[in-house]
Amino acid sequence: MSKQILEMKQITKEFPGVKALDEVTFQVKRGEIHCLIGENGAGKSTLMKVLSGVYPFGTYTGDIVIENETMQFNNIKDSEKSGVAIIYQELALIPEMSIYENIYLGNEIKKNGLIDWNEAILKTRDLLTKVGLSDHPDVRIKELGVGKQQLIEIAKALSKDVKLLILDEPTAALNEDDSENLLNILKDLRKNGITSVLITHKLNEVMEVADTITVLRDGKTIKTLDCHNDEVSEDGIVKLMVGRELTNRYPERIPKIGDVMMEVKNWNVYSPSDSNKKVIDNANIIVNKGEIIGISGLMGAGRTEFAMSIFGKSYGSKIEGEIYLKGKKVELNSPKKAIEMGISYLTEDRKEKGLILIQDVKQNITISSLKSITEKGIINDNEEIKHANYYKKAMRIKTPTIETKIMNLSGGNQQKVVLSKWMLTNPDVLIVDEPTRGIDVGAKYEIYAIMNKFVAEGKSIIMISSELPEILGMSDRVYVMNEGKIVAEIQGNDINQETIMKHSIGQGGKKHGK
Amino acid sequence: MGNNNESNIHVLKNFFRANIRQYGMFIALFVIMIIFNILTKGTFISARNLTNLYLQTGYIAVLAVGMVLVIVTGHIDLSVGSVAAFTGAIAAILQVKMGLPTIPTIIITLFVGALIGMWQGYWIAYRGIPAFIVTLASMLIFRGAVIRITNGQTIGPFEESFNKISSGYLSDIANISGMHTLSVLIGIVAIIAYVFVQFKNRKTRVDYGFDTLPKFMFVGKLALVSAIIMMFILSMALYKGIPYTVIIVVLIVGLYSFITKKTPIGRHIYAIGGNLEAARLSGINAKKTLFTVFTSMGVLASLSGIIYSARLNSASPSAGSLFELDAIAASFIGGASASGGVGSVVGAIIGALVMASINNGMSLLNMNISYQYIIKGLVLLIAVWFDISTRNKKK
Repeated sequence: MSKQILEMKQITKEFPGVKALDEVTFQVKRGEIHCLIGENGAGKSTLMKVLSGVYPFGTYTGDIVIENETMQFNNIKDSEKSGVAIIYQELALIPEMSIYENIYLGNEIKKNGLIDWNEAILKTRDLLTKVGLSDHPDVRIKELGVGKQQLIEIAKALSKDVKLLILDEPTAALNEDDSENLLNILKDLRKNGITSVLITHKLNEVMEVADTITVLRDGKTIKTLDCHNDEVSEDGIVKLMVGRELTNRYPERIPKIGDVMMEVKNWNVYSPSDSNKKVIDNANIIVNKGEIIGISGLMGAGRTEFAMSIFGKSYGSKIEGEIYLKGKKVELNSPKKAIEMGISYLTEDRKEKGLILIQDVKQNITISSLKSITEKGIINDNEEIKHANYYKKAMRIKTPTIETKIMNLSGGNQQKVVLSKWMLTNPDVLIVDEPTRGIDVGAKYEIYAIMNKFVAEGKSIIMISSELPEILGMSDRVYVMNEGKIVAEIQGNDINQETIMKHSIGQGGKKHGK
Repeated sequence: MGNNNESNIHVLKNFFRANIRQYGMFIALFVIMIIFNILTKGTFISARNLTNLYLQTGYIAVLAVGMVLVIVTGHIDLSVGSVAAFTGAIAAILQVKMGLPTIPTIIITLFVGALIGMWQGYWIAYRGIPAFIVTLASMLIFRGAVIRITNGQTIGPFEESFNKISSGYLSDIANISGMHTLSVLIGIVAIIAYVFVQFKNRKTRVDYGFDTLPKFMFVGKLALVSAIIMMFILSMALYKGIPYTVIIVVLIVGLYSFITKKTPIGRHIYAIGGNLEAARLSGINAKKTLFTVFTSMGVLASLSGIIYSARLNSASPSAGSLFELDAIAASFIGGASASGGVGSVVGAIIGALVMASINNGMSLLNMNISYQYIIKGLVLLIAVWFDISTRNKKK
């Protein structure tokens, strides 16, 4: 057996007008965890699509060699046969089906031409153990959290005798615990001889698990680092990724905190599907002018539900409680009303809930502010273009034109479009839910800078984030949520990783409640 | 970069990319027309036949305009044929049995159409029942209702003024060398207005410092559109002039094009079809928008009923059967997407003309009705396949 399980040699892939990959070389050793990193648009996803046969043989130049054999994949099935499995950020599971049905979907175990479900269930149990899950194979996918779903995807790949497991930002949607768990599973799999390629933006994860790191930038291989021999540091990697030195990952800001902007009192929310199930339990928060509030907590703590219920009751049933804006009590019964009253909400899921992918940049930016560009019932096209161009420049949105379809933009630029949309509504309180999820370091910095500039104008931001460094780096004050309750309010020097984690997992002790 | 020539090419490319689908449909329509013209040895493209073709398209065209919006929101309406028949019968009862004059008859009939649309919109938007089910139910309900209120018999004839909606033409001021002068004048005014608006738009874009089409392209576009307007007008002026039906359809198309492109509600319709959840969280009242779209569909279905019964000069219990399928086919041929968010009013009209041309052409050729169905089915399939394959390539 060769030492290299995979070699991609001088891969060049061109799209009309752009060279997405330029003679990229990528080598993966057997049994290692190899991290592939780079800014958005660096070519990571394109490279993996070449490898998996999404871009079939002949649409690129260069060679793919797996275990000394040059491969010509025409589709995903071909690459799967050679033991390559890719798990994408957007999970491909069917929510209404059970775990075992999902795992053997398209790959059913057959006996005499019929599906042998019993065998499938038995094998599923083994696979679940391998990925550290103890759920029953009968459980339907929709009843599982994202973290577990991710592991099911890995189990599915294992069921196909995978040799090379490729994970595209697997932890982007996971909280710290689930991420940690997933990384441990990868380490276990490594012991069992399974090679993984991990695409990620989270450098702490890279430092934790990587044996080898390959950095791509602008479609070129910049460097391959051996973590056991070379000297590797987070700052060094960042420098390789962005091609410049980033001295601080969070831009400086001197907070100028003013009067109370918004107050939420005695907020109770019940589940929309089960009106006896309390999702938010008597939450109280205060947001001041010029302040960035962080809301921390584990997945399922109710952070998104809390934010959405405030934003025009867009989540939940039987909502009770009061909201005061600049001292005045307000009733926000719809997102429309909330926007009118100066509250905006940037969703955690920009593709599903934030953007209209088939429409262009301009239309996505103005969709929530049509009133302000409408005269006598008619939309003023020129004003619309002017606004869109303004934000394209101000936010440095990388797009050929403002009439480009949103789906053709990278994640970071899509996020800037959503931010532009909300900035244009001229809110007083901007709620951002995972504002930098799946976005590269450079674009993150820019988004943080935009947020800082926003609060510098005396406005307020409520930031929900699963990334602790982000909470630490950006917030003036932090609320921690656990099981639908606000369990702690942390300020000043108390804002540190340990305190927040302690409260998140429900061990806050005497600081409970408010 | 910065090279003027290169940026011209860039602008050109964008222009074609943005418009290729609609031009594709135009070209397809022309090709179909020319083929039939050759097969019928010149009968198809005669003013008389084309005028007839427009009259045949009228009642489907207004349905297609409403239908394309329904499809853009991601829904469907199967009831429009039954609703057109029912409202046509209402009009007949009001005028023939109760002796109401034409104007009140039309107003009451349109109002009934609006009520039916609201009824459906209520179930779909506020009660969350899939439009497929609600409108399938209405298709049955109103087919039953029309048989009930007509007692299964044809009701007619209408007063002359009502009948003129489908058989009347704009009267003329003078007839110069066999041409309907007023129609030609209207055509000239339309062209002047079009050119004026285009120049004005271009100027404001320049004032804002935006990209504009290169001059030769701009002039070419003006010339082409002007020629199409003139050809359209001549195809009527050389016969009896502009029929009232065509005036109604042009007004409806103009109004709906305007609403979809230039007003917030138009944007809202495309947004909820493109991504319902994102639209909702962007502050759009999705339920109200959906309700409005179905209400408008009801009104247009009753307008279709009026035009159709005026054309037959009577209302019959079997009127309007399969109208829904023609309207749906027209929308899809015109580039609407079954998954919502995409489609245009002008596209739907082109689609309606394609379907009507095939009907008309094959009738002229005395083709058996069986072939007509088969060919219409294949045209629908191929048109949508073409549309989907060009759309995927662009990715």
